[in-house]
Amino acid sequence: MFVMSREVITDMKLRTLGRHARESLKNLGRNGWMTFASISAVAVALVLVGLFLSVMMNLNKIAGEIESNVEVRVYIDRTATQAQQDQLKQSLKSIGHVQSIAYQSREKGLKNLINSLGEGNDQSAFSSVKNENPLPDAFILKTEKPEQTITVANQVKTLPYVYKVNYGKGTVEKLFKTVRISRNVGIVLIIGLLFTSIFLIANTIKLTIVARRREIEIMKLVGATNAFVRWPYFLEGLLIGVIGSIIPIILVNVGYKAVYEKFSDAGTYSTFFIKLIPYPTMALYLSLLLVVIGAGIGVWGSVTSIRKFLRV
Amino acid sequence: MLDFKNVWKSYKNGVMAVNGIDLHINKGEFVYIVGPSGAGKSTFIKLMYREIVPTKGEILIDGVNLAKIKQRQVPKLRRKIGVVFQDYKLLPKLTVYENVAFALEVIEEHPKVIKKRVMEVLDLVKLKHKARSLPTELSGGEQQRVSIARSICNNPSVVIADEPTGNLDPDSAWSIMEIFDRINDNGTTVVMATHNRDIVNNMKRRVIAIEGGMIVRDEQRGDYGYEA
Repeated sequence: MFVMSREVITDMKLRTLGRHARESLKNLGRNGWMTFASISAVAVALVLVGLFLSVMMNLNKIAGEIESNVEVRVYIDRTATQAQQDQLKQSLKSIGHVQSIAYQSREKGLKNLINSLGEGNDQSAFSSVKNENPLPDAFILKTEKPEQTITVANQVKTLPYVYKVNYGKGTVEKLFKTVRISRNVGIVLIIGLLFTSIFLIANTIKLTIVARRREIEIMKLVGATNAFVRWPYFLEGLLIGVIGSIIPIILVNVGYKAVYEKFSDAGTYSTFFIKLIPYPTMALYLSLLLVVIGAGIGVWGSVTSIRKFLRV
Repeated sequence: MLDFKNVWKSYKNGVMAVNGIDLHINKGEFVYIVGPSGAGKSTFIKLMYREIVPTKGEILIDGVNLAKIKQRQVPKLRRKIGVVFQDYKLLPKLTVYENVAFALEVIEEHPKVIKKRVMEVLDLVKLKHKARSLPTELSGGEQQRVSIARSICNNPSVVIADEPTGNLDPDSAWSIMEIFDRINDNGTTVVMATHNRDIVNNMKRRVIAIEGGMIVRDEQRGDYGYEA
């Protein structure tokens, strides 16, 4: 007559789920201001997470693109003869880690430069430079890996008939440094904010638990399962987290769309060569991430307070 | 149906509340637990519904050892036991009907069953007409009857009461006793800790006296025994 089965513990009926949902909504309403504070905290944290993520992901993408385009430009001494140029080419070939060597005549180099600076057909500003081409002939090297550019460039410098070596030293290094610093600052800030949200959520739920102590006592007395007692508080945390992620999702989506459209608007910014991650891809990633993070901190907050204040 | 086998309970602060109790209570019995304050009555009661676990010994209800069951098995056990307290423990914002229904809802009983059963037990405690009242609108005796209705709505095999008439005037106390009597007549075992001499002396039921955490007297059809 007294069989202890596990069914009671695991079997959750749909009706019960509805009850838990109603209960948790009631709890949220009962501590309106605390709920509002928790949701706001989650929202603020997630707006920053969203902002941070969109900036970081784009910086990473741009850094990656620049990285893969790093090349070593070897300008040849103008006095060098054809034979000497060929000799230089041979020496370059013998340097390790060099993937490809391309020759660029001074005429071609000037044309490329003018094209990259000028717009359309209006190239009259460059006519004087055309007559007096300041560029020497050059070899353009690509290394097997981006980080090898510096060593290769240093080796090239020592070779004869080399006028100048250029490998975009400053840009790449500065970019990586900026990415690294902003990433660290962002991570610290965000972790702080996330923990604040978790703390506030846990506090909100603690309040409901304290307010409903007698109810919980009676529930346990008449044989409600521990899971049954816990569920409304668990859902309460989850709801705070998910509701808190709605505003950040909207903000980040609208904001990113605006920025993306501005940057991809050819003509205005095209000279920057910045290609952002397309809006639809980014919107999907960010929205999913924000909901998941929101739900995560909500559940974390509720679990900590349930464990502490609801010894069931 | 209820057995204590050499049960000991000491609290963390060193208090020895129960010191080697051996006891057997049959199905359908009505038992009074008497004794002075601090004798260990409440500890004894709490051991029975597994609010606390014995330090040593076995407590068997229907053959299940309360000292051995796991935490997650406790809910199932509690569904076989009704508990009534001196302070009623009703939810003030719920009506009489809702207070009783609450006990069935949280064990996920079917709504149709809940409706039928709540009206049945409210009828048994003669409070059907107050179903829509709030606890604050009731007298102490009526509130205790609601609490009893809640304790029996799940058809427990034993009802445990800790000083159920402690806050009540003599008339109300007697109406409470009538209800317990009726519950007992239906075959439910009743174990009641009480200080109410009149009731114990008039009902002539089994009386177990506890002092210093030990059973000092166990009589069928006994008296309260202590001088006023």
